[in-house]
Amino acid sequence: MALDNIWVFSQVADGQPTTGTLELLTKARSLSAQVSAFVAGEPGDAASVLGDHGAAKVYATGDLAGALPGVAVAAAMQAVIDQGDTPDLIMFPQNYEGRDVMARLSVKLDRTVLTNSTDVSVDGDAVSVDTPIFGGAKIVTSTFTGERPFLAAFRPKSFVAEGGAGAAGEVIAAPVPDLGSTGGATVTAVHVEETSGPKLDEAAVVVSGGRGLGEADKFALIEDLAKALKGAPGASRAIVDAGWVPYSYQVGQTGKVVKPTVYIAAGISGATQHMVGMKGSKNIIAINKDKEAPIFGVADLGIVGDVHKVLPQLLEALQSRS
Amino acid sequence: MNVIVCVKQIPDPALPGELDPSTNNLKRDGKLILDESDSYGVEMALQLVTAAGGGEVSLVSMAPNDETSGLRTALAMGAAKAVLVSDASLAGADALTTAKVLAAATKRLGDVDLIIAGTESSDGYTGTVPEQIAEVLGLPSVTFAKTVAVEGGVLKVDRQTEAGYDEVTCSLPAVVSVTAGVVEPRYPSFKGIMAAKSKPLETVTAADLGVESVSWSQQITTVTDAPAREAGEVIEDDGEAFNKIVQFLDNLKVI
Repeated sequence: MALDNIWVFSQVADGQPTTGTLELLTKARSLSAQVSAFVAGEPGDAASVLGDHGAAKVYATGDLAGALPGVAVAAAMQAVIDQGDTPDLIMFPQNYEGRDVMARLSVKLDRTVLTNSTDVSVDGDAVSVDTPIFGGAKIVTSTFTGERPFLAAFRPKSFVAEGGAGAAGEVIAAPVPDLGSTGGATVTAVHVEETSGPKLDEAAVVVSGGRGLGEADKFALIEDLAKALKGAPGASRAIVDAGWVPYSYQVGQTGKVVKPTVYIAAGISGATQHMVGMKGSKNIIAINKDKEAPIFGVADLGIVGDVHKVLPQLLEALQSRS
Repeated sequence: MNVIVCVKQIPDPALPGELDPSTNNLKRDGKLILDESDSYGVEMALQLVTAAGGGEVSLVSMAPNDETSGLRTALAMGAAKAVLVSDASLAGADALTTAKVLAAATKRLGDVDLIIAGTESSDGYTGTVPEQIAEVLGLPSVTFAKTVAVEGGVLKVDRQTEAGYDEVTCSLPAVVSVTAGVVEPRYPSFKGIMAAKSKPLETVTAADLGVESVSWSQQITTVTDAPAREAGEVIEDDGEAFNKIVQFLDNLKVI
């Protein structure tokens, strides 16, 4: 029994499926003839793009009416499974919503979860996923041994999204059943942080700052340099936790995974948590005053120096060229 | 207001991690410390109880070898009591089993208004346990909280999202997972450290909690070395190093 039926938990933002969703659908259709997208909310026009990436069926919960996605989508998924569409594998993105839906569903179905994965493979009846550990130094391959459906979450950019699969997916309503005692949480307001310039996880150049900047005001150096290079500013978890910049700037295991052409790490020592999010960059430049910093172990060009001196000089040199 | 905090005791993250070659489980036989991610939850719980004007903070944890040093740290911060589930059959347990065990452990502590956990541990980082505990207990949950308050018996949370944050209200009892940095964890005082030594800490097994079948349906098949990324040129800044960066960027045609 190979994988005959795969579901992908699919996220739609501003009427379009997220890149992560399309990555998972592309991988799913390479493994299984039958692929369905399961959308939190209304798919709208996204059904055509979802279909083009392999989703013949698009289950949609409809408006969640303020419920948090984790509990609501898991309940809707269970209802569809109870009605007889039983997937072999459900793929989730390794992000907030993906993790929450998977966690709730794992208890409902009494299934284990495998998270932080970067690949999935099928060998006869065995379905395995690869998970990097110790900051990517080792790869652990784990095999599901229990009943299907298997539940797995994948890191962003584990697969490459490709369209061309076919027509728009058939939209099927998968309403959220009564959540009973678990439905006590309600979203009362949504706040979106304004950003300008390219998106952090799509930019060709990313300039990230860390604790080595010394103080919050100095993050302006990072923003100015990112702007001069038409890139996006990023941050280590240390300065996000310290409140210098919003979470949306965070690069790393618990933040964004980036794979730009050039990644510049300024005042970042290179904790495992950070390396996981940027080690896939094509070129890495690191500036740090500690020559023992782990970041130099992955840098193509390492500058042992003071970011407060090097960054302004670099910025001036770049501006004088344009 | 009674708050339970789920805490994990982990190998010191500053030391290189190691897998047991016979089981492929992460080695946890050395001294374990309180996961820093959980110190935020402990601090948050202490602040909520103080703001409510009464009640106490209790801890639940699961660890091999009766390890209690991390729990003593959280008790020294001000938690009142703890339940430790220590059971050899739980070595290498998956997130679902962990959630079932911790959920059962919370029931041993009586009525509770709020259960707090970190968003993910620093050593395993599966990140599903808080939400799984909520489902096992049939409770609502708010994950990735960056601020938490209780007003008029209702939980009010600013919940981090990919795009910004959501304001969420939630009935109690509930489960909340808190992000690192949500509050500044206090350092245990000398008085707190001394007091922690005599605070109640009960050690139980999975069977004591009525969790009978402890098995999980995943198995590590292989562990391989990932291809290493080669380090490139490292130079000391002599005042002209920025030129090297300009040249590097120029060669890549990004400027």
